[in-house]
Order: sequence, then C-alpha cells, then structure tokens
Amino acid sequence: MSKTLIRGAKVLGGEAQDVLIDGETILEVGTGIEAGDATVVEAEGKILLPGLVDLHTHLREPGREDSETVLTGTRAAASGGYTAVFAMANTFPVADTAGVVEQVYRLGQEGGYADVQPIGAVTVGLEGKKLAELGAMHESAAGVTVFSDDGKCVDDAVIMRRALEYVKAFGGVVAQHAQEPRLTEGAQMNEGVVSAELGLGGWPAVAEESIIARDVLLAEHVGSRVHICHLSTAGSVEIVRWAKSRGIDVTAEVTPHHLLLTDEMVRTYNPVYKVNPPLRTERDVMALREALADGTIDIVATDHAPHPHEDKDCEWAAAAMGMVGLETALSVVQQTMVETGLLTWAAVADRMSVKPAEIGQATGHGRPVSAGEPANLTLLDPAYRGVVDPAGFASRSGNTPYEGRELPGRVTHTWLRGRATLVDGKLA
Amino acid sequence: MDSHDTNEPDVARPVLEGPDIARVLTRIAHEIVERAKGAEDVVLLGIPTRGVFLARRLAEKLEEITGRSIPVGSLDITMYRDDLRMHPPRALARTEIPGDGIDGRLVVLVDDVLFSGRTIRAALDGLNDIGRPRAVQLAVLVDRGHRELPIRADYVGKNLPTSLRETVKVQLAEEDGRDAVLLGAKPASA
Amino acid sequence: MMRHLISAADLTRDDAVLILDTAEEMARVADRPIKKLPALRGRTICNLFFEDSTRTRISFEAAEKRLSADVINFAAKGSSVSKGESLKDTAQTLEAMGVDAVVIRHGASGAPYRLATSGWIDAPVINAGDGTHQHPTQALLDAFTMRRRLVGRDAGLGKDLKGKRITLVGDVLHSRVARSNVDLLHTLGAEVTLVAPPTLVPVGVDTWPCDVSYDLDRVLPESDAVMMLRVQRERMNAAFFPTEREYSRRYGLDGERMAKMPEHAIVMHPGPMVRGMEITAEVADSERCTVIEQVANGVHTRMAVLYLLLGGNEPAVTHTRPNDSESK
Repeated sequence: MSKTLIRGAKVLGGEAQDVLIDGETILEVGTGIEAGDATVVEAEGKILLPGLVDLHTHLREPGREDSETVLTGTRAAASGGYTAVFAMANTFPVADTAGVVEQVYRLGQEGGYADVQPIGAVTVGLEGKKLAELGAMHESAAGVTVFSDDGKCVDDAVIMRRALEYVKAFGGVVAQHAQEPRLTEGAQMNEGVVSAELGLGGWPAVAEESIIARDVLLAEHVGSRVHICHLSTAGSVEIVRWAKSRGIDVTAEVTPHHLLLTDEMVRTYNPVYKVNPPLRTERDVMALREALADGTIDIVATDHAPHPHEDKDCEWAAAAMGMVGLETALSVVQQTMVETGLLTWAAVADRMSVKPAEIGQATGHGRPVSAGEPANLTLLDPAYRGVVDPAGFASRSGNTPYEGRELPGRVTHTWLRGRATLVDGKLA
Repeated sequence: MDSHDTNEPDVARPVLEGPDIARVLTRIAHEIVERAKGAEDVVLLGIPTRGVFLARRLAEKLEEITGRSIPVGSLDITMYRDDLRMHPPRALARTEIPGDGIDGRLVVLVDDVLFSGRTIRAALDGLNDIGRPRAVQLAVLVDRGHRELPIRADYVGKNLPTSLRETVKVQLAEEDGRDAVLLGAKPASA
Repeated sequence: MMRHLISAADLTRDDAVLILDTAEEMARVADRPIKKLPALRGRTICNLFFEDSTRTRISFEAAEKRLSADVINFAAKGSSVSKGESLKDTAQTLEAMGVDAVVIRHGASGAPYRLATSGWIDAPVINAGDGTHQHPTQALLDAFTMRRRLVGRDAGLGKDLKGKRITLVGDVLHSRVARSNVDLLHTLGAEVTLVAPPTLVPVGVDTWPCDVSYDLDRVLPESDAVMMLRVQRERMNAAFFPTEREYSRRYGLDGERMAKMPEHAIVMHPGPMVRGMEITAEVADSERCTVIEQVANGVHTRMAVLYLLLGGNEPAVTHTRPNDSESK
C-alpha cells in the first residue's frame, strides 16, 4: 500500500504538524517530514481528528433500502468524517439474531467506506417482552457488544433489569431509548407552550426523565453499566449528573439536532423537524450543550434516521420521525460547541471519536493521532461556510432539518485504515 | 410633473351649492309625481353611499307633495359590480328593502352621479335578485356624460358636460357636513 | 402576502370586525326571496373533508352556493384517500381540475397550514377545522353571535367585544374551538376564562391570553357568555375524569347553574351537544341558549369570509397590510 503525507494539519486543533501514513498505519507525526514518494495532502489551516465514530446510526438495511442501505449509509458516514458507525437494530427483520447482525456486518465490510458495527436488539422483535439471544449475537462474526431496542423503550422494568445483568457476562452494554410509552401515546412534539398552541400531542420531558431515573437506579442495583441514547432534556442532564456523582456506570449521548434546534421550529408544521425524542426548548438546548462540555454527556451520536421523501412530504401527524445527520454532525458541533467556546477540537475528538469507540468497544477507532496507530483520520476545514443542500448528500435520503441553513466547517478527507474514503470532499 | 399638491386638487369649484341641490331635488320630486301619476306605487332605492341620502330627501319631498308616506330603502351594488375581480373585496353597504318589497312596484333608483352607467347596470342586476318591479326608473343628481352602456336617467338634477380629466364630487350634509357638487381636475397620476 | 385563513390568530382586530360587519349584511340575504349573491360566480370551491363533519360541510356549502360559487364536495371516506393517496396528491388532483379555493377539514393539526405553505397548490386554503389546532370560522361565528346578543345587531356594527367576559367550559385540551376562540376573543378585546378539570387543560396554557379556573360556580356570575365545549365520552377511559356523573356534577351546565349567570348572559355550544353530560336539556332548550342561532350565523359568517378572501383580486383580510410608505 502507498504512503500519504498530510502536511501542516493542526492535529486535534493544536500546532501544525505533518502526519505520514504508511499502509494502514500512522508511521510518523512531526514537522518537516519528507514526502518522498508519498501522496501529499496540503492541510494548512485544517484540523486533523481521529476518524469519527457514531454510536447511533440507522442504516435501514435490511428492509427499508428505499431510504438507506449499508453502502449508501457508510458513504454518508465517510462524507461526514466517520470511520465507524453502529447500526441500530430496528430493521426489517429486526437485528435480533446472529444471522441478521452478521449480514449487516458483512455488508459493511464489503462496502469499505466505514466499519459497521451492528447493534443487537435487546428483546425479540423490539417488542419488549422476551430477551433476544444476546449471547449468540455477541459470539457471532459481528461481535455485538451494544444492545438496544432503539425506536422503542425497554419499558418493562424486569426485562430491563435482566438485560442489564445478562450482558455483564460478556462486557456488553444496553443502550436505552428512554421513553415511557404510556406518557407518550399519540405524542407528536415536545409538550409545552408550542404544543399547546399548535394542538399537537405532547411528548413530555418527564417521559424521558422517569425512565432514565429508573434505569440508572437499576444499573446501580445490579452493578451494570447503562448507556442513554439521545438525551434531550435539561432534567435528564440533572439525573445523569446525579448518577455519575454517585458512581453509577452510566454514559449518555446527545444528537447534533438537540444541540441546535428547538420546538419553535415545529410552528412551520414542516415534518423535517419531526424527530424522536422531539426537539425541546431553548433551555434544554443550553443545558445539553453545557452537559456535553462538562462531560456529563459523554458523546455526540447522530441518530441518523433516513426516510424517503414521501414520508416527510405530508402533514405532520402522518410523517415519519427522524432526520439524517451523518453528513452535518461535525458542522453542527462546530457551530454549537466549538465556535461558542464550549469545546476545544481535542474535546470534540473525545466526544465524537474516543468516547464512542470506548463505549462501543470499536477496536482501532478513537485512537490517538500518533505513530503506530491505525490510520483512521478525519481532516476538516473549519473556515468553510456553506449552505446545506441535501441534493449533495451521499445518503439516499435528504430529510435534513438544515436545508438552506448556513453551517460552518466541511470534512475534506477521511481515511479508513489508511485508505482515503473521502478526498477533497468527494467520495473515493 | 406639475407642482400641484396631488392630494387635494386646488381647482375644484362648486357647480351646485346647497340651495341649488334642494331646488333640484324638489323639481325631481315633482317630475316623479307627474310621470308616475301620483307616485302611488313608487319605491325609492338609493345606491350607497350618497344615493341613499338623496333617496331619503326625495322621499321627504314626495311626502310633502302627496301627503303619503313613500317607501324608501337602499340597494348595495358591491357584489354586482363588473370590476369586482379587479380590486380587493370592498366592505358591503346596506341593502334595505322596504317592508312590502318591490314586486309590482315602480322602483326609482337614486344615485348621485351618472357616469359610465356601470353602477346602474349592477343595480339592475341586484334588483333582479330581490324581486320583479313593474318598472324601474333612474334619478340622478348629476349626469356627467361618458356612458359606456346604453343607460339613461329618467330624472336628472343637472347635466354637467365634463372631460375625462375632470372629477365630479358630490358632498352631502349627512356624510360630508355640507351640500355641494364640485368639479375638479383629476390628480396627476403618480 | 397571506391568501388563506388558517388560524384565528392570523386576523387583526380590524379584519375580524370587517368580517363580522360583512356577515351582518350577508345575514340580510337570508331574509330575501332569492337567497343568492353573485360574488363568487364562476369560481369553483372544493370542500375537502378528511373528517366526518356534516354540519360544517353543509354550512360551508350553503355559504358557497349563496355566493353563486360552484361547489365540489370531496369526502375522504370511500375515496382514493382511504386507499393511501396522500393529502398532497389529492390536493394537486383537485387543483388540476380547476379548483379556485380549498376548504379543508382534516384530523391532523397543521394539515391546512401545510397545504397552504408547502407549495403543493396555489389555491387559497380555508381551514374548516384541523385536529386539535384551529377552527377559525367557528370562532368567527361565535364572536358574531356574541356581538349580536351582547352588543346588538345594528349597534354592534363596527364594534368589537371589548370588556365582554366570556367563559369556555370543557375539554380545552382537545378543542380547536377553544384555541380559535381564545385567539379571536382576545383580539376583539374580550376577557376569556377557561374552565375545565386540570386534566383537560394543556400544559403550556399559561402563555395563552386568558385566565384558567377549575371552579365553574365561581366564574358563572361574572360571565356574559358561557360556551360549553363538547366532551367526548371516550376521554373518560383515558382517565381524564372519573365518571360521566362526576364530570356533569362539576363542569356540566344545568338549570340551577344557569341561574347563577347574569340575566343578560347567554349559553353557547359549538355542537353537536352531548345532552346530559355537559349540558342539560333544560339549558339546551332555553331561550338563553344560542345553539340554533349559531348554526344560522355560521352560514352568514362563512359567506363573509369567502367573499372577503375570494371575492376580489386579492383578499381583504388575513394579509399583513403594507406600510403606508408610498411616496406622497
């Protein structure tokens, strides 16, 4: 394999350095490295980060290939600077057996744009009734370590307790979609001032917070670790902060859209803003940013949820929930966290690569940018300003809430084990 | 552009003053009695806004002459205008048909100025939706010419030859605080 | 510029008064031998009803026909909609057939707004009730009824409802009538009080321009009009209140309660009434109850709305007026 020299990049936002990749590995990091026969990438003014890792992606394959496939989803990942994605289990059929997770894993390997780590369902058919064969999925070729019924909450306290206990045997983690189902029947948006005016069914913050409170207590009781998906309220932040202060082994994620958008957007009745959990209030957004900055929230995860055009080109109630996010995540984080002074680029690397790789045990990802490490890297131009146009997305779906919005920064290059998957903003 | 203040053409001059208007209405009342053979079945319908005041004044004069009470009402023609679709909808004025209706009666439409004739055409359409008069006649305070439809008035207060560059403005005490017919120049268009 | 009527909140005070004044003139047409006006001759209006509502549909249809519009009724049931055709496709199909305006009733909050703003069609959209969001023509006909009864038929012309104390009782949470009325009555200067069990008041109501009370008996003596909202029996099963009996006891209007209202005060109901639960027969059939009047007024008010929105080359209401910035 050939060599690549990344010249003059600010590694983790620090001093400009040269990084020489040889084959799948970083050979040398320093200044004034001779190019020799290496392909040179001029990176002056750009930021070099470890390849991003998304702990929460919906790749839709098998079953909804009209909205996304493993291939198109991983191409979107590479475009957004990701080198590994965790594929959620709510496919058709549900990823609740070794067979389905192995299929998804294999499709990722074939595509070669990003490592695909399947997430296994906690319960059979996501029905919350009966544990899926968690051990078999772990022992399969996919090596599943993260389990989630995402899209649905494991609301039965006993099933949740058993799942938390059971995965300890092989070091797995349960990622909870915290949503009390009875409190969210018919829910269409955040319950509050805006829902009252718009006459849309409310999704109260307490429906998320009560489940998180229950689950951290369960995790404490059985001595397991638990991961909270897409935390969206100020109250949830308080609960996780309390749990961590108590020594409970809990980690939490926040999506880019919950860091930027509020339920005021719903006044347009445009279903691109329809998402689960729903967009919350300004107060929640600020609390989430602060929590991500202080480490109460560990990671950013996209909850990339592609939907075909017709599922959003309709009235609000009929529309599907979810937004694509892989190709805009880093830009949103730059705007909401870096340009506000809340996070350094090194901390962004921590929240978007190091920690998610750690939680999901993605070997070879989230590593330091130093000699001898796997060459999973992302290069971005923070000075770039551009208007989001889904027509340019690699994803098969364009349901982005940022269409027409100016966002800062652009990923120009992504390397997966030394192979460039994105070059000058174009998929390779 | 000329130097006129376009809001208020300074050349407006009265062609009829208060006493003239009263005299003219008296004459029209007499003509109506004469032509309608005692005005027994006359119903006066004024076209809002100023036609209504004129109709009421005419009714008073007719009552003086005949000693009988003369039914008087109003007929809003807004929705029958042929330029309805060329402007935002206008606020509606009152259509008030006297208790006994207009079927079989002699309806005298009353308006302030007869110009293109389109208002009267609209009024005839409007009448059609309300009943079937024995006959319809038209009384106007001023006929300024320039008809665009084959319509003429039966009773005219004053024939006033005008050019299309001129404006005719009727003022009545009930609405404007004084009685007058003013002839002015059209404001220069912006 | 807006060409639609989506929400009662879109109307300014002057818009609303113009609509009510126009409705008074429209009301006079109902007394004529020929109940017809030519304002919408040659215009085709589609009543696009995705939800059963015979009353509202007939009311709009009567209003449209009295204004000489051509009327197409489209009920979603038994149509291609029930076979999965989308709102977008349905609306575009209708527009292709030359529909000049769409009156829409839809079970989903925001569907009319979406239809008006998504670029799917060009035709003006009039909201005939969407989900639990808005029902602006209902609010207008209610305001019309209140103005007639509380201010006067002719005395009310040009006037609003300043200082009138209006009480809305019942399922506010699920009521588009309540939302529209709060918006419009506030615009018209009335003082609105909502009365309901706390379970049937939305979270976030504190930002609405009205008061909230849980005690009907305390509010009644200070009400010029009391509007009873429909309460669906099914709500009981979702634990919004324990039993029908308890609901009636606390929030139903019977003769005894009505006696606590000032003598001039009226009882209103948007219909259809659930007799026995929210209102007793004695009250529903009393002189003070305006239910039947409201139905008649619905036609006048909708005629006014249709005329003012569609009668000219551009609407006379619901658009933000351009600043008076033309050079003099």
